[in-house]
Amino acid sequence: MSLRRFILKRLLSIVPILFGVSVITFALVHLTPGDPISQMAATNPHMTAADEAQMRARYGLDGPIWEQYLTWMGNVLTGDFGEVVSSGQDVSSVIIARLPETIALGLFGWLFGLLIAIPTGIYAAIKKDQLADTVSRFVALSGISIPNFWLGLMLILIGALWLEIWTVLPPSRLPLYHPQMLFYLILPGITIGTAAAASIMRVMRTSMAEELNKEYVTAARAKGLPERQVVLKHVLRNSLISVVTLAATLTASIVAGSVVVEVVFNWPGLGREFIDAINQREINLIMAITLFTGVFIVLANLLADILYAVLDPRIRYE
Amino acid sequence: MSNEQHTERGRIRVTGFDPERVRQRDSLSDWTEESGGETEGRFERAWKRFKRNRTALIGLFVVAVLTLLAVFARPITMMGMTVQPFSIAPYDPTTIMYMSPESSAGTYDSPTLSHPMGTDGDGRDLFSRVLYGGRYSISIGFIVVGLSATFGLVYGAISGYYGGWTDEILMRIVDTVYAFPGLILALIIVATLGGGYWQLVAAFAIPGWITYARLIRGEVLTIKENEYVMAAKALGARDRSVIFKHIVPNAMPPLIVYGTLNIGTVVIGVAALGFLGLGMPPGTAEWGTMLDQTRETLIQGPGGAIPWWATVFPGGAIFLFVMAMNMIGDGVNDAFDAQETGIEGQGGG
Repeated sequence: MSLRRFILKRLLSIVPILFGVSVITFALVHLTPGDPISQMAATNPHMTAADEAQMRARYGLDGPIWEQYLTWMGNVLTGDFGEVVSSGQDVSSVIIARLPETIALGLFGWLFGLLIAIPTGIYAAIKKDQLADTVSRFVALSGISIPNFWLGLMLILIGALWLEIWTVLPPSRLPLYHPQMLFYLILPGITIGTAAAASIMRVMRTSMAEELNKEYVTAARAKGLPERQVVLKHVLRNSLISVVTLAATLTASIVAGSVVVEVVFNWPGLGREFIDAINQREINLIMAITLFTGVFIVLANLLADILYAVLDPRIRYE
Repeated sequence: MSNEQHTERGRIRVTGFDPERVRQRDSLSDWTEESGGETEGRFERAWKRFKRNRTALIGLFVVAVLTLLAVFARPITMMGMTVQPFSIAPYDPTTIMYMSPESSAGTYDSPTLSHPMGTDGDGRDLFSRVLYGGRYSISIGFIVVGLSATFGLVYGAISGYYGGWTDEILMRIVDTVYAFPGLILALIIVATLGGGYWQLVAAFAIPGWITYARLIRGEVLTIKENEYVMAAKALGARDRSVIFKHIVPNAMPPLIVYGTLNIGTVVIGVAALGFLGLGMPPGTAEWGTMLDQTRETLIQGPGGAIPWWATVFPGGAIFLFVMAMNMIGDGVNDAFDAQETGIEGQGGG
C-alpha cells in the first residue's frame, strides 16, 4: 500500500469516529438533570415558569433530544458553538482566548518530557543493570506514580513558598507572549511534563536495550564504528519509533493533565475554563471543550499513525 | 529400564562405560522422570518468578499495610453491627480538635507527638484522616478495576472471537470512547451524577473498560488461530465454552498486568476529582479532597508558618500507594514476560 493510500484509508476511518465523538459529547452532557436555565430559576425567585420556557426556546433547549442534537451539530459545523448563558459571550471566542494558554503549557510539558526522557533513556539502556540504570528506573517509576496535582502543590510549596524564587501566581494581566511568562511556565510545565517524561524514559530504555541486542548493532560494531555513532545514529533512530507509538497516548494524558494542572496553578487555560463550566453547568461550553478535546485526540492519533507508517514502512502492509 | 550392566550389545563390546556414573551425573535440566508427568501452569511459574522479585514484594507489602491501616483505622459498623471493632487512628477523622475541651490543638498545628501529622485547616487530626482516607481511594480503585476488567474481557473476547461485522461495530464504539481522556469523561459523568462513592465508581468504570476490551481482543485474535481452538470447535464445543475455557485463560496475562497498573491510575483519578472539588463531599477524609482544602491556603499564603504537613502527608499517601501498586505491576509484567520469552527474569523491578 502506498503511503498516500494508507493516509487516505485512515482519514476515511476517522469520519465515523468523529461522528461518534459528537454523539457521546452530546449524550453525556444531556443526561444531566437540570440545565443552566433551571439553575438560574432556582437562584432567581422572580423567574416564572413562562420565563423559563421562553429562555429554553431562545437557547434551543426545548424539543426532543435528537432534534437538539441535530441543531447543535448543524451549528457546530458552521462554527457556531452557541453562547455562554451566564455571561452572554460566544463560546468560540472564549475557546480562542483560552486555547493559546493551554497550548503553551502542553508544548512546554512535551518539550520538557522529551528533553529529560530521551537522554536519560539512552543512558539507562547503555548502563543497563548498573547503578545509574537502577536509579533512573526508580526515578521514572516515581514519575509515573506521582499525582500531578500533588507534584504541582509540592513545587509551589518548595519553589514559591520556601525558596521564594517564584511568586505563587504569575502577575495577572501579563500577556502570554511576554518573555517573563516563560519563567512562570516552568513550574506548571514541569508538573504536566513529568508523567510524560517518565513514560517516555521507560519505553526508551526498554526498546533501546532490545535494539542494542540485535545483529545489526553487532555488525556495526564489528566494522569498527565508534560506539557513539552506533548508538546515536543506528540504535536511537529505531528506538524512537516506539516513542512515536506512545505519542498519541501521551498527548491525551497531557490534555487530561492540563485540566488538573491549570487548576493547581490558576493558569487561565481551557482546562480551568472546563472546570468552571462544569461547576456552573454551562452546557454549551462543556460540550464545546469536550468535543474539541475528542477531535484533537482523534487527529493526534491519526498523525501518530501516519508518522509511524512513514518511519516504519512495514506497518502499511498490515 | 533395568539395572543390569549393558556392557555387551550385539557384537560390539563397550568398555569403560559405567551406567551408574551417568545416573549420578548432574542432569542438564530440571526434568526428572518423577516430575515429568504434569508441566507447571504458566501462572505457577509466573508466581514463582514474582516471589523472587524483591521490588515487587516491597510493593505488595506497602499496599497490604496501607490497606490494612485503612480498614482498621476506625471501627466499621454495618446495619447496626460492629463488623470491625479495632481503631488504630487516635481520633475520628471528622472530630474538630479545638472543639473538645481536653485538646489544646488549633487549626494548622504543626506535627507534634499527640498529632504526628499536625492538624488541618479545620483543626482535625491529619494522621487519623490520612489513615482513614485510604478507604475511599483504595476500595474504589479495586472495585473499578474489577468491574471494568470483567466487562472489557467479555466485550473484547466477543469482538475478537466473532470478527466480521460484530467486531467492526464493537471496535468503532471502542475507538470513539478512546478519543476522550478517561479523566475528562469521569469529570463529565461526575458533573452529571453528582459526587459520592458509587458515582465515582461509575465515573471511572464507564470509560475504564475500553483498554481491557482492546487488549483482550488483540490477544483473542492471535489465540483463536491455534489448533487447540479448532480442535475444540471440531469436537462440537459451544462458542461460549470455547471462548471462556480455551481462549480467555490464555489471554489473561496482559489483562492482569494492565489491571494491576490500572489500580494506581484509578486511585490518582479519584483523588484528582476530589482535588477538583467534584469527588466526595467537601470535608470528607479522602486524600484528594483533603488536598483541595489546603490548596487555597497555599496559594493565598497562610500569613504565618506554611502548613506543609497538610499538603505533604495526604499527597504522600497517594504517591506511596500508587508507587507500590506500580512496583507490583512491573513485577507481574516481568514475571509473565520472562516466561513468554524464556529469558530468566532480571529481578530488581
